[in-house]
Order: sequence, then structure tokens, then C-alpha cells
Amino acid sequence: MFEIAASVIVFGAVLVLYRAIKGPRVYDRVLAVNAIGTKTVVLLALTGFIYERPHFLDIALVYALINFIATIAFLKYLETGGLD
Amino acid sequence: MEIRTIITGILLLLGCFIIVVASIGIVRFPDFYSRMHPAGKSDTLGQLLVLSGLMVYEGFSLVSIKLLIIIIFIFIANPTATHALAKAAYAAGLKPWKREEGENK
Repeated sequence: MFEIAASVIVFGAVLVLYRAIKGPRVYDRVLAVNAIGTKTVVLLALTGFIYERPHFLDIALVYALINFIATIAFLKYLETGGLD
Repeated sequence: MEIRTIITGILLLLGCFIIVVASIGIVRFPDFYSRMHPAGKSDTLGQLLVLSGLMVYEGFSLVSIKLLIIIIFIFIANPTATHALAKAAYAAGLKPWKREEGENK
């Protein structure tokens, strides 16, 4: 059951990867990478349940934090041209 | 089959369906601002459903508390990131998409 859900989510991430590569503007790419990051968090949680190792949930939590910070930092860099 | 497993399966199925629909929306929509709609809302709902299914499967323990923390964080952070993205794109002068004259689609 978890394996099927994980494969479906990987399929969705591959679909979004098309937009990340092709996206006409840089904002489309940031959006797509953010969506892939959200899917990765879900995938990490599912992986923890597939292998019965609950430590994967800590990794998922940290990945969610890093994903959010990365998006905000990249947008600030785009808007102001620096990260000071 | 246990009732908890059935509920988990239903929640996982719904969540996976919504995540795939959101991915198709991100690929297919014509314009940046309309692409933010699946990325900001449907993705959040999909992850909420999948992680709720895992919580139901696990029962009440430290693992489900961690899952709840992940759900709450993504529920706050994902729309915030999308909002910041929209603000940055609008400030950079990206115009919303309009249907061309005579285009029938």
C-alpha cells in the first residue's frame, strides 16, 4: 500500500519536473521546485513507514524547514539582488 | 482486514489522487498566476491527506505527533511561500495572462 502511494507521488514529482526544466520564467521554476520539495517531504514520511524506521520523520521535518527557507531566501535574492 | 488499514488506504488514495491532479495542473495551466493555484492549495491538501493516513495507521504515539507537526508546518509554510512568490513576481512586473483576440480554446 505504501509502496504504491510512493510510486504515485514520484510520478507526480516527475510531472512537475517538466515545469521546472521548461518553465518560461524563473518564478515558474521556483514554484515547481517548491512543489517538488513538498512531495519529497511526503515521500520521506512514506519511506519511513515502508522500511519501518520512524527516524525518517525527523529528516522529513528538517526537509520541510529547509524547503521553506530556501524558497524565501531565493525570492529575496531575486527581489533585492543580495541576501544582506 | 482491520478498519484502521481501510481508512488509511482511503486517505492515501485520496491524497495521491489530489497530488497527481495538482501536478497536472502545474504542467498544464497557461500562466504563472494560475499555476500558483494548484501549487499553493491542492499540494497542501494532498500532503495533509497522505500524512493523516499515516497518522491513522500509526495510532497515538510519538511518531503521530511528529507527523502532526509536519502537517501543521507545511499547512502554514506552503501558502506563505506561494504568497511570497506571487508578491515577488508581481513586483517584478509579470502581467497576468489574458485570452488572445479570436482565440477559441
